[in-house]
Amino acid sequence: MCLGVPGKVTELYQANGMKMGKVDFGGVVREACLEYLPDIQIGDYTLIHVGFGISRLDEKEARETLELLQQMDMLSSELPPAGGGS
Amino acid sequence: MNSKFDFTGWTCPTPLLHYPTIVMGHGSGGKMMADLIQHMFASAFENDLLTQMGDSAVFTINGSRLAFTTDSFVISPLFFPGGDIGELAINGTVNDLAMSGAQPMFLSSGFILEEGLAMETLGRIVASAAQACREASVQLIAGDTKVVNKGHGDGLYINTTGIGLISAGINISPRNAQPGDAVLVSGTLGDHGVAILSVREGLQFETEIRSDTAPLHGLVDAMLRVTQDIHCLRDATRGGLSAVLNELASASKVGIDFEEKKVPVKAEVNAACEMLGLDPFYIANEGKLVAIVPADRADAVLDTMRAHPLGKEAACIGSVVPGHPGLVVAKTGIGGSRVVDLPAGELLPRIC
Amino acid sequence: MKFIDEYRDGALTQRLLDELRQLVTRRWALMEVCGGQTHSIVKSGLDQLLPPQIELVHGPGCPVCVTPLELVDKAIALASCPDVIFTSYGDMLRVPGSQQDLFSVRAAGGDVRILYSPLDALKIARENPEKTVIFFGIGFETTAPANAMAVVQAKAQGIHNFAVLVSHVTVPAAISALMESPDVQVNGFLAAGHVCTVMGYWEYEPLAAKYGVPIVVTGFEPVDLVHGILKCVKQLEEGRSEVENAYARWVLRVGNVPAQMIINQVFEPCDRGWRGIGIIPRSGYNLRSEFAEYDAELRFPEVQTIETQESDLCISGLVLQGLKKPNLCPAFGKECTPQTPLGATMVSSEGACAAYYRYGRFAWAEKNELQV
Repeated sequence: MCLGVPGKVTELYQANGMKMGKVDFGGVVREACLEYLPDIQIGDYTLIHVGFGISRLDEKEARETLELLQQMDMLSSELPPAGGGS
Repeated sequence: MNSKFDFTGWTCPTPLLHYPTIVMGHGSGGKMMADLIQHMFASAFENDLLTQMGDSAVFTINGSRLAFTTDSFVISPLFFPGGDIGELAINGTVNDLAMSGAQPMFLSSGFILEEGLAMETLGRIVASAAQACREASVQLIAGDTKVVNKGHGDGLYINTTGIGLISAGINISPRNAQPGDAVLVSGTLGDHGVAILSVREGLQFETEIRSDTAPLHGLVDAMLRVTQDIHCLRDATRGGLSAVLNELASASKVGIDFEEKKVPVKAEVNAACEMLGLDPFYIANEGKLVAIVPADRADAVLDTMRAHPLGKEAACIGSVVPGHPGLVVAKTGIGGSRVVDLPAGELLPRIC
Repeated sequence: MKFIDEYRDGALTQRLLDELRQLVTRRWALMEVCGGQTHSIVKSGLDQLLPPQIELVHGPGCPVCVTPLELVDKAIALASCPDVIFTSYGDMLRVPGSQQDLFSVRAAGGDVRILYSPLDALKIARENPEKTVIFFGIGFETTAPANAMAVVQAKAQGIHNFAVLVSHVTVPAAISALMESPDVQVNGFLAAGHVCTVMGYWEYEPLAAKYGVPIVVTGFEPVDLVHGILKCVKQLEEGRSEVENAYARWVLRVGNVPAQMIINQVFEPCDRGWRGIGIIPRSGYNLRSEFAEYDAELRFPEVQTIETQESDLCISGLVLQGLKKPNLCPAFGKECTPQTPLGATMVSSEGACAAYYRYGRFAWAEKNELQV
């Protein structure tokens, strides 16, 4: 379920008492409701689902995990001995 | 006279009975429309020329080979980034003729106007259509105008019919694809559809993407000068790349393999598709063609396309294969494969 | 696109798959709960690239697929009312009810409109004061905060010509029900990443402990999926059954607290029927009584009793529980295709049957059999 697409917050404003913003999805910009992300700032990345921001990206975590995954084959000491194989 | 339609022999056991009335899906260029055309229209009018199902009908009179086609334009909104219905109506029919290798010569047009349409709006659209004719070097030589009551017609519907001349030695047909042939596209896909969606009620978003509407016969001419042995040409309108490849695979009884990574798609078009949950391979284009050419001519044709203003981003995306006839298979970005089917019906932005 | 493309990297995916091949020593069945994950797996062809010992069982994580037949029929009945503008997310339009779908209602003259965001329904209500705008509030917990906001805003802005047909479903109860079923054979779960951005994953800890299954919060792109599978399989190989997070860039253990608060403000848990499966206790949301005026079923009591009739051939319930693969259904590809769907799993773009039909036919035509 739940198509969630990451985009960058480029504007913040209030409308109808809700925190709203403009979110840039790689060149395509759409308005979204950011009421559930009280700490979100311009420049942050947010995950948008049905026009609502549901999460704020932890960029540091993203970078670190990706690096870990990319180095994974160098970390074979972390894994159980290769028995049985495929 | 039959009072009841006989549905036996239709492709599926519960076909249009599922929909006793026409629904929007019947016009989307996918499987539902194909079924409707096959079973409702083709079977009623029954003739060899119609069953060819090319973009144009091709026939010979007094030694001259002619291409003849018609298309209707019902797009809403009437004006969109990169064009309007007038320009579309001319280019669309010019392109159908060009896909048969014809030199487009004359067009006729029927305008169905909704009561209440602003004169200024009509003026802009007609001027646009006239400009498109000049750019395509075709003449509009016959026309008709009707007015319908307010509430019908979305402002304006246009039908255009066109006729063109095919030179000797050119034999382009959806049935001509051969295993080993290269599959080429003339440029980035999905631009037109995304431009339309960006101004559609309820979906509006900001984008620089504009419709790619353009007359393609100049590009086709250039390609034919490299080799007359072009097997298939199709403009990728409703149903997008997927519709074209599936139709060609089906008509030629061959399989088509292509690589997702090789299909040129603008980054912004990808972004819009991600946002709405759509696949760019199903989205309409109005100025792009798919060409199937012998493998040994592919490089030469591609070079020529890239030298033409409408083919700058042309690419070879795959090839025709003897295996899995009628199926189109894509190699995915991670090296898996997936069948790229005809879209089922109306393309729906998904949220889930 | 940033924060998507990196996770679609073919080379990285292949390297992670190599890791998985070295790690796995016996057969494991993993259920991916989320329909979006099913869609992504089959669209990228990932299921063909996994080591043969790993079987992915597709779970009931498609809110479109599990929306009970009665609710689809109610939606159709409401949409057919004059003076109603019926609004819905696009996916629901082709879901077959007992007799027809919402598309047919539109073809017959009903005012049925697709929306991208539930706030658009309020806009339509403001612009059409003489009509009642009904919004089809489907979805898992991910969509609940958005649907809730529409109700809160309607109240705050004094919009009275607006109502919601609520059809929410929630994940943890479904996992319990599946694990309690003697037929379901699942060793581990890939939890739905986007549901967890809202709800967090603390709710899964008692489930992992009770049923002795690893539950890994997983994303949607190929790298995310293999990462989740790797973590899950590693636990299984090591005999652990914990909750882990393989989608930490978006998901916190506590989830999104403001979003949870509005869900609690507007909705309360209730028993909910899942199409093809049956009633799962405490697996849905209903509007709280303070918002009763926005409940479409209360506003239009005539739709409360509706006769439903499911297709005899459709086995989507078995598919949704992971008990049968779509291609083993006798109607698959024949009476039941995306153009002529018998059940919701063939309609929804992320329904297991549609995903198989659209993406997988070639692989089976080639292989002629599925790994069991």
